[in-house]
Amino acid sequence: MGGLPADIWQPVRLTVELAAITTIILLIVGTPIAWWLARSKAWWKEAVAAVVALPLVLPPTVLGFYLLVVLGPDGPGGALAGLWGGRTLAFTFEGLVIGSVVYSMPFVVQPIRNSFAAIGDRPLEVAATLRASPRRAFWTVAIPLARPGFLAGAVLGFAHTVGEFGIVLMIGGNVPGKTKVLSVAIFDYVETSQWREANILAAGMAIFAFIVILAMTLLEKRIARISA
Amino acid sequence: MNVGKLPTIRADFRGTLGDFNLDASFEVPARGVTALFGPSGCGKSTVLRCLAGLQHLPGSFCAINGDVWQDRKIFREPYQRPIGYVFQEASLFLHLSVRRNLLYGAPRDGSGSESGSIPFDEVIDLLGLGTLLDRSSHHLSGGERQRVAIGRALLSQPKLLLMDEPLSALDRLTKDEILPFLERLHQRLSLPVIYVSHDMAEVERLADHLILMQAGSVLAAGPLGILQSDPSLPLAVGRDAAVNFDATAGSYDAAYGILTLQIDGGQLLVPAPPVAAGEGRRLRIAASDVSLAREAQQASSILNALPARIVSKTAVGPSEVLVVLALGPDGGGAKLLARLTRRSWDLLELAEGMAVIAQVKGVALAPARGQVAAVLAAPTRSG
Repeated sequence: MGGLPADIWQPVRLTVELAAITTIILLIVGTPIAWWLARSKAWWKEAVAAVVALPLVLPPTVLGFYLLVVLGPDGPGGALAGLWGGRTLAFTFEGLVIGSVVYSMPFVVQPIRNSFAAIGDRPLEVAATLRASPRRAFWTVAIPLARPGFLAGAVLGFAHTVGEFGIVLMIGGNVPGKTKVLSVAIFDYVETSQWREANILAAGMAIFAFIVILAMTLLEKRIARISA
Repeated sequence: MNVGKLPTIRADFRGTLGDFNLDASFEVPARGVTALFGPSGCGKSTVLRCLAGLQHLPGSFCAINGDVWQDRKIFREPYQRPIGYVFQEASLFLHLSVRRNLLYGAPRDGSGSESGSIPFDEVIDLLGLGTLLDRSSHHLSGGERQRVAIGRALLSQPKLLLMDEPLSALDRLTKDEILPFLERLHQRLSLPVIYVSHDMAEVERLADHLILMQAGSVLAAGPLGILQSDPSLPLAVGRDAAVNFDATAGSYDAAYGILTLQIDGGQLLVPAPPVAAGEGRRLRIAASDVSLAREAQQASSILNALPARIVSKTAVGPSEVLVVLALGPDGGGAKLLARLTRRSWDLLELAEGMAVIAQVKGVALAPARGQVAAVLAAPTRSG
């Protein structure tokens, strides 16, 4: 790899870090939301579902603009940053994590919600008649049975966070080692006519995406076979 | 539990579900098997779900052995009720092995070993699960799945077992495979069972008590034999009306292969394989297999001619009558049904209160434990 700039791997590391943290947060935050959306009989739950799904259709610039307002010095993000002496969450790694959680949310919540819904009432009723409290039924029946949804949600959430560009640019900017992730780095290399570097990262992304989709399809097949 | 009172299940479920109106109230003893019987859609499964707490109809009431599970103020969640529930479809946890399915509801604090509990080994033996334990729950036949589901419910150490048509999703052969297990269950465990069914043949084999339901309400509740022989209820006047008896095996005539069975108010001779004296067997006598005579026939091929008294007569259609008999010369024994033509009734000049001889042409003996179909004598029964 002679002649490559030394910092070409920095965005890769940063991207993986961002995607991993985002995915973990999304699994923790998204699971109760998905559970509630799958089980609740509240009439307004579809409104909540629509809000969660908004990033699917909104232009990244719209989302990015509002995130900028929220994370900026005058928004709650600024107040939050003030806790550790910062002025704003915009253009920081923490801000990027918050933004990623918001825009990758539907990719995690939707598959988990579908999996929870597919379980149906029966296994939970069975668990209840076997003296399992709702909490125990959730952990020992609902979560294991919804495994395919968690797998799909985690993979999609991770992959989508890796691939996002517009919002990152809006709220993260291009701070090396802090907010300069892969997609931004590629854009950068193209801007400065470093086509070889751009090509290495772009090809790497393409291969990564291919492997993710293939692995997920194969895993889904395996799970379907086991539970057939 | 109320001291000095027999344990009972008291329930009064009322409410509207969609356009279905449930108003079911009954009190049955909390022992033996109580069948909730009625046509499809009459609300029997809903009653069972209410007993389990899976369905919450506000304003309803239910108490088991004086322990209130639901009233105006109380509603115990399903997981707080000491029940076992067997669903129509086995509903095993597919992510767990057979063994872990069985143990899912078992008390984890070791209280399962206290007296009065149902031991693991006994359940495995009772349901023939030994060879299935380490299998995945995916690769089981329908009958095996249902047996595991029953075992799982038993091992949660319930005080009341609720079964919602556990056999109806199974084919005929598989049903015959499981019924003996249920009968053994009944004989070996002193666990009260509420058994939902729309199949009278299952009810006749398993139930001690019956709750008859129709269109969301309870027609009658009581001991099986009493309801079967009540001419005001649809069972007795039906085409295949019959009465079941719990008989005790007496002497066995090996030369002729004839078993003597003792029932309340009489004795029956039945061709059967040898049975140990004192063993309990359930038998069934169909109304159409009983004819009446004014006095004992001297020369007759009929094995069983029992003295009885006529309790009542009900016209069934234009040409037949249903006669309720009480066995024994003084009519002090169990009830029996006879279906005769109105012509015979008039020709013999029969009347209510009269002493007669009930000639029983066929007695169906329920198969012994584990034996699949040893149905004897003339009438073949649908299983």
